[in-house]
Amino acid sequence: MKRRDFVKIFGLATGGLLLGCNVSTDKVVINTLKDGISFVPNLFVQLQKDGKLTIIVARSEMGQGIRTSMASAIADELEADWQYVSVQQATGDAKFGNQNTDGSRSIRTLLNPMRKMGAMARAILEQAAAKKWNTALANCTAENHFVVNTASGEKVFFGDLIEEAKTIAIPSDENIKLKDKKDFKYIGKAAVRGIDMEDFLHGNAKYGLDARLPNMKFAAIARCPVTFGTVKSFDDSDAKEISGVEKIIQIDRLKPPAGQFFGMLGGVAVIANNTWSAFQGKNNLNIEWETGANGSYDTEKFNEKLVSRIHNPAKVVPPFRGSVEKSFKDADKVIEATYTMPHLAHAPMEVPNALAWVQDEKCEVWAPVQDPQTVRAEIAHFFGFELENITINVMLLGGAFGRKSKSDFVVEAVALSQKVNAPVQVVWTREDDIQHSFYHAQNAQYLKGSLDKNGKVTGWLHRVAFPSITSSFKPMSDYLAGFELGMGFTNNPFQIENFQIENAKAESHVRTGWLRSVSNIISGFGINSFMDELAIAGGTDQIEFMLDLIGKDRVPIAESPHPFNSARLKNVLEKVRGLSNWRRPLPEGHGMGVAIHYSFYSYVATVAEVSVKNGKVKVIDIYSVLDCGMYVNRDAVMNQMEGAAIFGTSLTLFGKISAKNGAVEQSNFHDYKMTRMKDAPNVYVELIDNNEDPTGVGEPGVPPISAAICNAIFNASGKRVRSLPLSDHGMV
Amino acid sequence: MQTLTINGQNYQVDAPDDMPLLWAIRDLIGLTGTKFGCGVAQCGACSIMINGTVVRSCSTLVSQGVGKDITTIEGTSDSILALRQAWRDNNVPQCGYCQSGQIISAAELLDTNENPTDEDIDNAMSGNICRCGTYVRIRKAIHDAVELKKQA
Repeated sequence: MKRRDFVKIFGLATGGLLLGCNVSTDKVVINTLKDGISFVPNLFVQLQKDGKLTIIVARSEMGQGIRTSMASAIADELEADWQYVSVQQATGDAKFGNQNTDGSRSIRTLLNPMRKMGAMARAILEQAAAKKWNTALANCTAENHFVVNTASGEKVFFGDLIEEAKTIAIPSDENIKLKDKKDFKYIGKAAVRGIDMEDFLHGNAKYGLDARLPNMKFAAIARCPVTFGTVKSFDDSDAKEISGVEKIIQIDRLKPPAGQFFGMLGGVAVIANNTWSAFQGKNNLNIEWETGANGSYDTEKFNEKLVSRIHNPAKVVPPFRGSVEKSFKDADKVIEATYTMPHLAHAPMEVPNALAWVQDEKCEVWAPVQDPQTVRAEIAHFFGFELENITINVMLLGGAFGRKSKSDFVVEAVALSQKVNAPVQVVWTREDDIQHSFYHAQNAQYLKGSLDKNGKVTGWLHRVAFPSITSSFKPMSDYLAGFELGMGFTNNPFQIENFQIENAKAESHVRTGWLRSVSNIISGFGINSFMDELAIAGGTDQIEFMLDLIGKDRVPIAESPHPFNSARLKNVLEKVRGLSNWRRPLPEGHGMGVAIHYSFYSYVATVAEVSVKNGKVKVIDIYSVLDCGMYVNRDAVMNQMEGAAIFGTSLTLFGKISAKNGAVEQSNFHDYKMTRMKDAPNVYVELIDNNEDPTGVGEPGVPPISAAICNAIFNASGKRVRSLPLSDHGMV
Repeated sequence: MQTLTINGQNYQVDAPDDMPLLWAIRDLIGLTGTKFGCGVAQCGACSIMINGTVVRSCSTLVSQGVGKDITTIEGTSDSILALRQAWRDNNVPQCGYCQSGQIISAAELLDTNENPTDEDIDNAMSGNICRCGTYVRIRKAIHDAVELKKQA
């Protein structure tokens, strides 16, 4: 990051703030607030005379604690006192840089810039104090919201330095000094209160669904049960009888242009003066649908199709090494296994929703979105507003897991607001959410491995088939994209001499999307289950087996900003052995299983302990070790790993979306079940402390869970589960 | 018009006969701390107390709340205060959305059971889904809240 990167024009949505840092002169050109009390040394920070420090956070908060983490990273370098810190959520605007909150990348990509922002603001305040006291800069040290004169012992409050600070040039890069790790107050600690904690505890937190405007309308939309089906005809006479229903409008599908955006499904919308009436109106519509091309989609038959395809040669994708054919011919033992998993839906506790208000040439949105800039661009594309006339207010997200990256629900609200000339909040029912998601792909994998007489793996063939996410952007994308295969398949960490990956065709009959950790869920299950089978066939302890196969310490030369480091993967595996007390004597009917996974540049090893009694499985304990490099909020990272274990437990025990005649069969939490308190394992997490660059946290904890549980089931009962969920086998 | 008494305050609402309390509280009165999660009493996000007993407000008619004392997350009680402190101490919430309902369900448990076991907690809390998966912390926080309440 260069000095010029700090220099931006910036306006806040509320209040009269205006500041500019002039690109051409290196001067902090201060356009003061109307009330003249503030200066803003860079894009992210606003300091007021009363000491209040407002940090602009441009990433979406969905439970990962990003508002707290970003603010605390800046506050630490700035030597701010946390009690003065507050956060303002940025609207969707390219001036903030990439705001897309997915891919477990916010801290990974922003920690160092944020630290530098904070350090620069601190340098300005120290220089301001030096000027005020007419003393050497070396005498001025920021300390907990004051600058201290180490020569005289004088102190000056940050808020009292604003006037001087206005006259200070932006420090050059060499004068912006980051703290030593040992001096951190907030980074890497669990020291700060969550910025939204009190609002959570008092019901004051404002999620998308809590957005309110005077005279707003509420809308529910009936969409075709079959993906991309259309309305043939409808009778709304019953719906109109519902008290509170004001209008019924048919909306057509907006098809996204190739390569970008999400569009909307279309359907029949009921506009009412409250949510309940809109829901009731929707339930009382009589609609005849034209189901279209996906009307015969049957997930059971699709599973058979995928399995038959992976049992035959398919498209070979790089990298490949040696000859798997030869390794199978020369093997002492050859092991084969087929693994399958169904579609999954994200089911965040807050359903998709958006409030939009179209007025003449302007459009304003209040919604829980992971990627507000795409929302803005999408609205400009479909409705023709100028980008600067579109405001996207990012509300808190009541969970997201990838669902709220796809802005179809916002497009719906804009379309309806435009039609009824009023603010309209589109609210999805839970049934809508389960039945019209962008689903995690149903998948099948075939693995074939060879062992030599010492029980060492000599060959590895991995065939995989599942619909690609790219099918949501480009029809007829029937093979996986490189980014999907790169989530565990082609970047398999094991050093196996003969190695081949094949990808079989898989058409998409629903909207396919990414869900927390994406294809890593699939590779994590297949590879770790198969490693367990191979280790057992070779008569080796699973942890020893994997440590041996990861091989010697190495960091391959790669263009990646965070190249894979085999020593770190082995380290988390060694650590989980200790944390779980692996191979300890277990009560009867109990078993332990292990799995590892490298994703979003982070290293995770997990051990599960289960009991199997009368064929029923209970997950007792989950032990996970994470190496994500440097982290900001220790407790938030632990919480993410605990949550990932529960998320993985849910999909292992219950996760299944199925379709018959093109329609999703599940509808709500009674048939799309979640882990509840009574099913919830204890979760024990260990974080590796090191000075590596920060890497992903939100997603990497998920991929190893299902295999760790299924391997533990085998250890406990001798039953090998190769198709999820366990509920399909009557095991929960 | 019906009168609802929520957290000690009276509100006049004009609700359709079949409207569940959840929507009267959220859309007609404007107290948005009580959350919509499923609409069919499966997830507990909409939990409120009526005369001290937890109900799912998405499946409870407005008429069932008339003339009773309704407590929502915006309200308070000795148990709720202790739970809030324990929730803070354990940094329980992730997205926070289900936590209104979690705290209300836990409040009934604390009101009726001085020393809940893990099994009691499982029974009292299994109607409340947390998709973020904060159960481990909720369980610990409930135990802590029991102690905090005793000390208070």
